[in-house]
Amino acid sequence: MTAALSIRDLQKTYDNGFEALKGISFDVQPGDFFALLGPNGAGKSTTIGILCSLVRKTGGSVSIFGIDIDDNFPAAKQMLGVVPQEFNFSQFEKVFDIVCTQGGFYGMPRKLAEERTEKYLRKLGLWDKRSTQARMLSGGMKRRLMIARALLHEPKLLILDEPTAGVDIELRRSMWEFLQEINAQGTTIILTTHYLEEAESLCRNIAIIDKGDIVENTSIKSLLKTLSREVFILDTRETLEKAPDFGGFDGRLLDEHSLEVTIEKGQSLSDLFTQLSAQNIAVTSMRNRANRLEELFVSLLAENQPSSADKEAE
Amino acid sequence: MSPQLIWTAFSTIFRREVRRFTRIWPQTLVPPVITMSLYFVIFGSLIGQRIGEMGGYSYMEFVVPGLIMMAVITNSYGNVVSSFYSAKFQRSVEELLVSPTPNWVIMTGYVLGGVARGLIVGLIVTLIALVFTSLSVQHIGITILIVFLTSVLFALAGFINAIFANSFDDISIIPTFVLTPLTYLGGVFYSIDLLSPFWQALSKLNPILYMVNAFRYGVLGVSDINVGWAFAGVLAFIAALSAWALHLMSHGKRLRH
Repeated sequence: MTAALSIRDLQKTYDNGFEALKGISFDVQPGDFFALLGPNGAGKSTTIGILCSLVRKTGGSVSIFGIDIDDNFPAAKQMLGVVPQEFNFSQFEKVFDIVCTQGGFYGMPRKLAEERTEKYLRKLGLWDKRSTQARMLSGGMKRRLMIARALLHEPKLLILDEPTAGVDIELRRSMWEFLQEINAQGTTIILTTHYLEEAESLCRNIAIIDKGDIVENTSIKSLLKTLSREVFILDTRETLEKAPDFGGFDGRLLDEHSLEVTIEKGQSLSDLFTQLSAQNIAVTSMRNRANRLEELFVSLLAENQPSSADKEAE
Repeated sequence: MSPQLIWTAFSTIFRREVRRFTRIWPQTLVPPVITMSLYFVIFGSLIGQRIGEMGGYSYMEFVVPGLIMMAVITNSYGNVVSSFYSAKFQRSVEELLVSPTPNWVIMTGYVLGGVARGLIVGLIVTLIALVFTSLSVQHIGITILIVFLTSVLFALAGFINAIFANSFDDISIIPTFVLTPLTYLGGVFYSIDLLSPFWQALSKLNPILYMVNAFRYGVLGVSDINVGWAFAGVLAFIAALSAWALHLMSHGKRLRH
């Protein structure tokens, strides 16, 4: 099966000599919901910039649905929709015009562009704002406007560069639902985000990029399985004056109604509950202390840091 | 892209450009009308009556073609430089750059948008001129062709200026320090016959002199220069600037990283 996106040995060195990408390779399969994660300056936006032609690669190859961008970039672009990190529309144009005009750039007849503009503005809750100048919109509305614009030509591959940055929780959830809906309809989605719970909730596969290199490329499930330990917060019904006996578990009392317990790989939560139950302590709720993906993300990046000996050698 | 898709992309850019300058008409269409009306009143009517004839015509008749051309040049240039630079500044140019629209279509769309504004302003200035004097066009084909080509040339120059510009200051430097002096010294207000041989020779290095005189030839039938050279020069400049603009775009000069 032809990959939706195939990147091989992609390199980018900027004019000032900064090596943003050191030869990364990964594939994204059709229909996937793929997370491209990494800290600031890791090379995510450079990668996306190359895919949409705003950044010129210095080496390697990129194919979108089998079309090499060096052979036929216009055809590859027809399959690609991009929602950038920064707002990149005219602040003085009306919402309807911004979206509808984009259709023209992709060769869509005016009537079809108008129909699709209405469709996507309605889906993204912007139809009432169609005659409003873009500068009058809230930050969340501007993000949705860019999503509507990117979808107008109904691309097979949609790339979203931090689409929910600065968006409130309620709106973020509704955007997640919308993205899951279009993914279910067959659109391949690549997402970059700093909200790792977002990546964990939405994405099936992941690539983590750091300092221009891919440090992990696997499924989210496989990655989470590599967690050697998880830290849980347990809320208790009983008021606790001191830490109970945790048996073989590492735990501590946080306050009179909550406990923090570390579960090592191989240990069972059932054993913990049995241990607490024996002491007449009932657990009313529990949660991870931190997002699991976040813990892995931090540890992977830490592994990729040069050691102090390496730093001295430099 | 197929010809149909190219036409759709071009007409979208062109329509957006026209929508932009008509939406802000108090900034784009009214100021040149006021400025040119003042030129007509002060230089044409008041001072012109004391000057007498120039090139066999009243000073008002002589100056009108130059002023129309001046309005066309400044508005064609100004429209493209401000529109394309604003698109860069707001990053809305990325809408186009990420699309399959070829570079030459982007350039043509912006340039003809500038030409549309230049010609509309030129038409308005012509109508105002008719309040002050009568105009009987001697060579309609030459008149239309030279004004169109001049407009294309300066729209292209504005496009290149916008590609290089990194700030709003950068889009005013060329109009202030190059375009305005060349226009004023380009035979808009006088015939170069009035100048000494040295200054006449120097004036002939000014490309705007050829365009103004070719237009004046079309309207009045008189010119300081060979009209054939004017057309050849304008076409050569258009070809050179088009090639330069496309070269800059294909190399992503200040548009892509």
